[in-house]
Amino acid sequence: MVFALEHMANGLLVGSYYIILALGLSLIFSLGGVVNLAHGAFYALGAYFAFEIQRRLGFLGAVIVAPVLVGMIGMVIETLFIRRLYREDPALTLLFTFGLAMATEQSLRLIWGATGLPFPMPGMFRGVLLIGDFIYSYYRLTMLGVAAIVVIGTWLLLNRTPFGMIVRAGTSDPEMVRALGISLRPVLTAIFGLGIALAGLAGVMSAPLAGVQPAMGIEILTAAFVVVVIGGLGSFWGVVVAGLLVGVVRGLTVFVYPPAAEASMYALMVLVLLLRPRGLMGEKVARLE
Amino acid sequence: MTSDPTRAVRPMTRRRALTTTAAGAAGFVAASQLGFPAIVRAQADAIRVGHLTPLTGFLGQLGEYAVMGATMAVDEANADGGALGRRVELITEDSVNPGVATEKAQKLIEGDRAACLIGEISSGSALAIADVANRLQTVYFNTGANSDALRGSNCNRFMFHVEGCNTMYTKTIGLWQQRQGLIDGAKWYFLTADYAFGHDLYRVSSKFLEENGGINLGNDMVPTNTLDYSAYILKIRQANPDFVYINLAGVDQTTFLKQYNEYGLDYPLAGGVMDTGPFWAAGLESLSGHWQSLWYHGLDNEASQAFTQKFVERYGKPPENQAWGEYVGTQILLKAINETGGTDSMAIVEYLEGGPEFDILKGRPGKFRDWDHQLLQEMYVVEVKDPSAAQDEWDIFEVLEPQPGPDQDLELIQPSKEENPCSMA
Repeated sequence: MVFALEHMANGLLVGSYYIILALGLSLIFSLGGVVNLAHGAFYALGAYFAFEIQRRLGFLGAVIVAPVLVGMIGMVIETLFIRRLYREDPALTLLFTFGLAMATEQSLRLIWGATGLPFPMPGMFRGVLLIGDFIYSYYRLTMLGVAAIVVIGTWLLLNRTPFGMIVRAGTSDPEMVRALGISLRPVLTAIFGLGIALAGLAGVMSAPLAGVQPAMGIEILTAAFVVVVIGGLGSFWGVVVAGLLVGVVRGLTVFVYPPAAEASMYALMVLVLLLRPRGLMGEKVARLE
Repeated sequence: MTSDPTRAVRPMTRRRALTTTAAGAAGFVAASQLGFPAIVRAQADAIRVGHLTPLTGFLGQLGEYAVMGATMAVDEANADGGALGRRVELITEDSVNPGVATEKAQKLIEGDRAACLIGEISSGSALAIADVANRLQTVYFNTGANSDALRGSNCNRFMFHVEGCNTMYTKTIGLWQQRQGLIDGAKWYFLTADYAFGHDLYRVSSKFLEENGGINLGNDMVPTNTLDYSAYILKIRQANPDFVYINLAGVDQTTFLKQYNEYGLDYPLAGGVMDTGPFWAAGLESLSGHWQSLWYHGLDNEASQAFTQKFVERYGKPPENQAWGEYVGTQILLKAINETGGTDSMAIVEYLEGGPEFDILKGRPGKFRDWDHQLLQEMYVVEVKDPSAAQDEWDIFEVLEPQPGPDQDLELIQPSKEENPCSMA
């Protein structure tokens, strides 16, 4: 029983990683209306930038600078390309982001090679903490802290700032917002940049744990989507709850039956969608309920 | 969901949603099957060698070294006049997965008229290639796939193995551990990659453990491409073994090693396979323990050092054991073509079965065993270096000893006739 508890506690820590990973995707989808298949590509880009930056500025420098750089690239992409596709068939943004993902992965392979790059665990986060008989690595506790900051920061941005007010208004009634004379264009660019920056941040945080290699983006893309879907499309807190839930379920599956560990999040998604098609906290989808 | 957040709502009908997803999915699947050959133009007079290796996926980083090794061998051969006075042409294809590997093997033999095939790292894809080679009666040199079954129940007359098999890897480290008294009465916990290669390796390694008095505490089957090992590491800690034995491959090795180091558990690590590339990617400070190596750039024999130096001059970094595999395999293949005076498959097969010795850049020459076509060769027990003693990021191992020892029979680490059911009738 104690063992199971330890796995659940660990699952919460793992869940905090899923939150950082999926939150950006959810923001871009809920507030920007774009299904971003390039999410994984920016995640990988964040890790690669961090690899280069941490050699000069250390890990803390990388954590701050890499997501900002990736976010800026995201904003450029939104301004140059995505913006033209809003009016078009949704399939086009899907195809564009998908193409972008593939092009990015191959570029990473071309520039840095197919071999995994060694990314050391930053010295200040090494070591483990023992609480009773439960063991926690400092790095993962730090990741929990980062996730908390990200969640709270984003919530404050969306709910306590004028910018956030415009974003939320733009989601529910863009016509009225335009009628009031507020342009949503820069808002969308900013949201896109924020979501992409979060993807990059997730990549940076994962680098000491899983290394840096060109295929890393494709691998986490489905996980990010699953978390967003379980949480419910359009819901902020849904992503948070779903991330933690996926982490815990995965941890318990490893404890009980490891071969199903990777499949467990999909089984969870199927279960949630069967019982509650909108996702845990998503907006009601009239057609399905 | 609005398609344009700045304008009026454009209804996304159900049909549109379905066609969108279908188009996306179909595009995804189709695109992921694509791979393009590195060299396309074929000369009428050239000898074409078809090279299949995974360039994408979790073995992709090894595939990159494979291409470097094969390319260097072919370029050297051509600089020396080619084979039979004709130019040698290497056609490399990304094998991706067993299905794609089958198609590409066929294409290389029938379309590009390759005289022979070489390569592959994934045991699943190697099996697929072996079937094609057997059917189309073309020699195939396996330079990277480890499963015993390829030399055993799936053996065929046209396939030769330059790479070591799981039993060789297991016995290389196992015999050393046994001599150190680390096996008898010791409790081992296993982590195994949940696919054909991992299962085969677990079968071989757990059998060796139990035959030598060890205790199997348990095994966890880990899905490939697992990114988070924290739960598995917790289980290891809860089981409290004497040793942790990992049967993981490629990127998974890197990820596990980093995270095992993150938790700082002090159970010694060992494993059923060791590829230098993933260990480099983990970084020296994440590594510990004693491992087995098929070939390492730090070996001090002359031929090995010469190869390493040429490789570094050309590519700016030292060769990984996969580069060695392709390099040596290509050289042996071309030598066989020269010696038999042609590219007739059966002639090459019979020549190699005759047991000629080859310089394989090791202390002792290698030769193929005639009944299962495994290259008999020494392997090495290596120890992770102390970071203070390392001269660069690739200098991670101290070579302890060759296995088998210089006076011992090379058959010592091979599966015996009882263990290997290969029959090529």
